[in-house]
Amino acid sequence: MREEAGDAVSSTLEVAAAVDIVDPPRHGRARLSERARAERALGWKLAGPAWVIMLLVTAYPILNALYLSLFNYRLTDPNGRSFIWFKNYGVILSDSLWWNAVETTVIIMVITVAIEFVLGMALAMVMNKIIIPRRVLRTVVLIPYSIITVVSAFSWQYAFQPSTGFINHWLHWITGGWFSSSYDWFGGHTSAVIAICVSEIWKTTPFMSLLLLAGLAQVPGELQEAAEVDGATFFERLWKVTLPSMKGAIMVALLFRAMDAFRIFDNPYIMTKGSQDTETVAFLAYNQTLTRSEIGLGSAISILLFLLVSLIAFVFIKLFRTDLSRMRGD
Amino acid sequence: MIVAAQISTRAKTWLGFVSIPIILYTLLPIGWILSLSLKPDADLPDGNYFPVNADFHNYKLILWGSAHTLFDPALFNSVGICLIATFVGVALATTCAYAIARLDFVGKKLILTSALAVAVFPVVSIVTPLFNLWRTVGLYNTWPGLIIPYLSLTLPLAIWTLSAFFRQIPWEMEQAAQVDGATSWQAFRKVVVPLAAPGVFTTAIITFFTVWNDFVYSSSLTSTGGDYISAHGAQTVPAALANFTGSSQFVQPTGAISAAAVIVTIPVVLLVLIFQKRIVSGLTAGAVKG
Repeated sequence: MREEAGDAVSSTLEVAAAVDIVDPPRHGRARLSERARAERALGWKLAGPAWVIMLLVTAYPILNALYLSLFNYRLTDPNGRSFIWFKNYGVILSDSLWWNAVETTVIIMVITVAIEFVLGMALAMVMNKIIIPRRVLRTVVLIPYSIITVVSAFSWQYAFQPSTGFINHWLHWITGGWFSSSYDWFGGHTSAVIAICVSEIWKTTPFMSLLLLAGLAQVPGELQEAAEVDGATFFERLWKVTLPSMKGAIMVALLFRAMDAFRIFDNPYIMTKGSQDTETVAFLAYNQTLTRSEIGLGSAISILLFLLVSLIAFVFIKLFRTDLSRMRGD
Repeated sequence: MIVAAQISTRAKTWLGFVSIPIILYTLLPIGWILSLSLKPDADLPDGNYFPVNADFHNYKLILWGSAHTLFDPALFNSVGICLIATFVGVALATTCAYAIARLDFVGKKLILTSALAVAVFPVVSIVTPLFNLWRTVGLYNTWPGLIIPYLSLTLPLAIWTLSAFFRQIPWEMEQAAQVDGATSWQAFRKVVVPLAAPGVFTTAIITFFTVWNDFVYSSSLTSTGGDYISAHGAQTVPAALANFTGSSQFVQPTGAISAAAVIVTIPVVLLVLIFQKRIVSGLTAGAVKG
């Protein structure tokens, strides 16, 4: 099948190329030539299936969620299902559980993305300049990226846990006995959020640094040199030359990480199970559906999560003028 | 290389030293989970980073001991489901990206924009309706029940990465080969395939990592690991790891979870070590102008 398809493509292009000689490509859609029409049909034949399936597996469920969110519907009581308009949204938005989850999620997002950006930038600058263990360094930074998030969560959870972990012992030793070696990280809200953030930061900083490294490679070298010759210090060069000329790459990296951080689920699920008020928005949606069988409420939270993530994208694109077409190499 | 020449030996050594804490940072939790998996149960609370005594009892426990019915089917499901989802996603995305890179047609931008939108889509948002739907149509806790939603992870990523790769390919070489007398089929097989294969392969690795990492879908759309042959049972390793606690017979699952974590980490670390350069180019190809 694939072979035939390949053949068809080649021969069509052959014809297309031949036509090209007598009929140079025109821009604008005033008149669609035979060739353009054939190319468009072939384009959709090849690209269509992937596109349609992609939309089917996402657009259909989200529309379905929108529909289900208008019902009072519990799996355990299917006969009690009733249409209640937007009451579920009212219930959620007036519940402190929801606002706590939003607060926790926003805090985690801001902390992790900020630290990842600083660490990722430092890492990218080292990787950009380094010569001796260049290959080794580029390989090891890929390890956190490729590790399963659940594995990272377990490893850090065991590391922080006073019963099995080493972190308390190390902190106890470093601070000369000031830090209690039996400190319960998962016993309080702030410390539990810190533990979650550490796992999240460890896992995603390398990806951030690779995106920034690619942006760093685009900074014109002459500009750097000129600034250096003029006697600019390292930080002046960083602030006035490097960062402004890679602004686009920075915005794209921040946007992607922010949206990703907002849907955080794996780390809190494994590390705290949502205790100490560490339930995130995604976790709340999961709990309503899976733990409490509240399909209606769960769907409504899902829709709200979707809207919040879209809002983040909107803010980045409109307010910070993040040019997403950069992402495509146009 | 010009940059390299300008950097003094002192700066080189200094940068070399900087890389040590970075390497330690990346390996810290990996070494820790490996250490936990090797510690005998009695040594778990000793708080040492490195094990004083080491044995393989946790690996025996999960691979063929009392916990093997929890871990082995999950590993089987993970490998099978992730390979199928990757293959289907990349195969569909390859023709799609090929069309985007080579043909001029209305709607290209629409396809790429929707791929981006789906890629940043919060997957938890579609778990509730899928959970409800899958239970009705009997796809809950089955392989297709995970493979289908996995396409929402694999397709956008693969379309995006592959169209970036295909854009950089010098396609004129195909016509050049044909001018030189090759048939279209020969030109396709001898020129197009070798040019496109590295990009397709890299995309497959990155896509595989993404589904291998999935926890949201697996923990909500499956309930058991199954027994290899029956239609039901599709729980993958990440979800099985989370369920080790409580549902298992042993008291302290710490060591068993650690050993299972090490086993599922080995293949990805090997892939990273072998294909480091390609993975980096694949991760950034879609993101920044190449």
